Amino acid sequence: MTEPVLKIRNLKIALPEGADRDFAVNDVSYDLHAGEILCIVGESGSGKSMSANAAMGLLPDLVRPVGGEILFEGMDLLKLSETEMMDLRGKKIAMIFQEPMSALNPLMRVEDQIAEVFEAHGLLTPKERAARAIELLTEVGIPDPEKAARAYPFQLSGGQRQRVMIAMALALEPRMLIADEPTTALDVTTQAQILELIRNLQEKHGMAVMFITHDFGVVAEIADRVAVMQYGKIVEAGTADEVLDNPQHEYTQKLIAAIPKLAAEAGEETAGKTPILEVEGLNKTYVTGGGLLFSKPRIVHAVNDVNLTLSEGETLGIVGESGSGKSSVGRCLVRLMQPDSGTVKLAGHDMAQLSGEALREARKSIQMIFQDPYASLNPRSKVGRIIAEGPMAHGVSKQEAYARAVKLLELVDLDALAIDRYPHEFSGGQRQRIGIARALALEPRVIIADEAVSALDVSIQAQVLDLLAELKERLNLALIFITHDLRVAAQICDRIAVMQKGRVVEMGPAHAIFNNPQSDYTRTLIEAIPGREKELAAAG
Amino acid sequence: MADFWKRFSRNRGAVIGLAILAIVILVALLAPLIFPQSPWRMVQRPFLPPFAMDQYPLGTDALGRDVISGLAYGAQVSLLVGLVSTVAALLIGIPIGALAGYFGGWVDDALMRFTEFFQTVPSFALAIVLVAIFQPSIESIIAAIAIVSWPPVARLVRGEVLSLRSREYVEAAILSGQTSLTIILRQVLPNTISPIIVLASLMVATAILLESSLSFLGLGDPNLMSWGYMIGAARTVIRQAWWLSFFPGVAILLTVLALNLIGEGLNDALNPRLARRGK
Repeated sequence: MTEPVLKIRNLKIALPEGADRDFAVNDVSYDLHAGEILCIVGESGSGKSMSANAAMGLLPDLVRPVGGEILFEGMDLLKLSETEMMDLRGKKIAMIFQEPMSALNPLMRVEDQIAEVFEAHGLLTPKERAARAIELLTEVGIPDPEKAARAYPFQLSGGQRQRVMIAMALALEPRMLIADEPTTALDVTTQAQILELIRNLQEKHGMAVMFITHDFGVVAEIADRVAVMQYGKIVEAGTADEVLDNPQHEYTQKLIAAIPKLAAEAGEETAGKTPILEVEGLNKTYVTGGGLLFSKPRIVHAVNDVNLTLSEGETLGIVGESGSGKSSVGRCLVRLMQPDSGTVKLAGHDMAQLSGEALREARKSIQMIFQDPYASLNPRSKVGRIIAEGPMAHGVSKQEAYARAVKLLELVDLDALAIDRYPHEFSGGQRQRIGIARALALEPRVIIADEAVSALDVSIQAQVLDLLAELKERLNLALIFITHDLRVAAQICDRIAVMQKGRVVEMGPAHAIFNNPQSDYTRTLIEAIPGREKELAAAG
Repeated sequence: MADFWKRFSRNRGAVIGLAILAIVILVALLAPLIFPQSPWRMVQRPFLPPFAMDQYPLGTDALGRDVISGLAYGAQVSLLVGLVSTVAALLIGIPIGALAGYFGGWVDDALMRFTEFFQTVPSFALAIVLVAIFQPSIESIIAAIAIVSWPPVARLVRGEVLSLRSREYVEAAILSGQTSLTIILRQVLPNTISPIIVLASLMVATAILLESSLSFLGLGDPNLMSWGYMIGAARTVIRQAWWLSFFPGVAILLTVLALNLIGEGLNDALNPRLARRGK
């Protein structure tokens, strides 16, 4: 076998004092060969990005490598000076990041940002740089490269921005590309395109690619070899097929088992049950711009004539990509947003028309679970207070509300002692449980979960989904589950509504949507799910 | 709390500032004990230079009054005015900013135009006019300073509330049926407290300077000895008796400096993410 491009040996990276463990990366060794894609997989906090950051000299101030070596073409990167590193970065090793918007300079045209890469290494004349920029943009498949070159980052879509980042990374034909969660912020269809692009470019240029991700679906799509990390150690490494099909380590097995399966079972018919929520002709438009002067207002139909029904005890999934209006629907239902027209009948009352005291009363039966477990709990309130606040606002005595909070905490599998602690003392999954307890405190009949598990690691996500399913059963709740993740929707939903550009393009039982999608858009969405082909092959 | 102290004490300037302020507070509290006589009383011949007599280490002024005793009693006035006027300014600024930020729309427009009205008038000129109209007294000085210094508080609170009100926990509170007042008091304002504390510590310093300036112009409370008054009274004899304006000047400088250092330390301690990175 040829000499690997990157050789990491016994790397140890120390965390500052007071962190939850001593080493971010503890005794990690791996090789990366030319022409292969190595996926480093792990949950948040596993240290999966750390060794790559160390290789690029991008570690945070207080985090430093204390042992081992990172050999790139025979040089130890940890021993190089800052000037030597500067020469290497971009030229030999390039990197792309998760959030292309924040990785690009918002005030610079795309071509200037690409030209800057050559400028930094003192290569080519300005004219040649501009020509190269267009060539690169063509290579990464941006439609109308000349126009894109003159554009500012905010004028491009997320996928196009990531393509620009890739063009910049490729500019100097590096031997190694580090991709740190490059598709996490993208929609599933865009993600599929970017993954294909990276794969193609890697083959064409014979680069070594280190691909860092938390998503096993992505791993299945792109990886040649896989290293699984947990608590700063590599627990398992091997070829993609070995690790995915026949995981040896307990942790890898657990992670792979936790991925929601892409098959919905034919559920029981819900047609006969009484509907609890009926939405008819819901509309919401946003108007932006259009001041006193000449600018034309921009009108966006966030929600365009949406009709939905939800029966008692049913889970309805609303899926769609970003900007499809799925969250706007949820927010209109609870009146966090005022719909322009339409009726929202909740057990007979029209939510869309209520106001003041009547709205306050009606909202008791429709509650929400939010996406971000960190932003959805007040950092300065104790957990007991957070849960008890709702009932207290509706006139329940303090004593009773807190007694109920204890019961709710037990219901969501948290310790009753949690009542006297602050949210920051809990992990993401535990916080989401607190959020669920808060939503249940008012004994609602309908719960809207807006991307409730998107911010969680896959193993935690599985636990929270199980909890939701169990609670729904026990308390006879109806659930509206808003998500971008079709796998999650497949697992938990009885029926699914697919949204695109504010409209419901398809609605039906989950198994029908997945096995026999009617609209083109649904088909594209399902085909773009990473890891799907592998799963189909395994099943068939 | 222990964590807070650790971060605060990492800023050496802040600790020095706290020490200076502690001394000033101690002097202000103990003034009646150390100098039982009124600072207005003539005790020696006029223009006694400093360090000439052990009993009057900082000398005497044009009327033979003890300078060091004046400084001690002046500390009381400065601290009192600084503290009370800042609290009063917060009491005006926080509700206005919170209401404007939380409700938005026309409420925001109305309250912010009102705030801008105060911001466009030069604050010192407005303070002079107010004190002149209401007759110079400690109450009118405090009121005038509070009235000219609340607009930055309102602006700061409004900005914080604007960003907080779209947080998910505020939305959850709306859904759980809490009233707007409860949400503002329980969910929103507690999370704005850190920047307010930092701003308040700097406002105390500004208020002390304003009070000194007013007293310097002869608009101080005629019954209270203050640092500004001492400098104002000494300005005509600055060439014969430098110490009469020098020592009160140093007192003002140190106190204001101490408060600014503390403000910076509080900023580091309360907003650890913004703290300058230690290499």
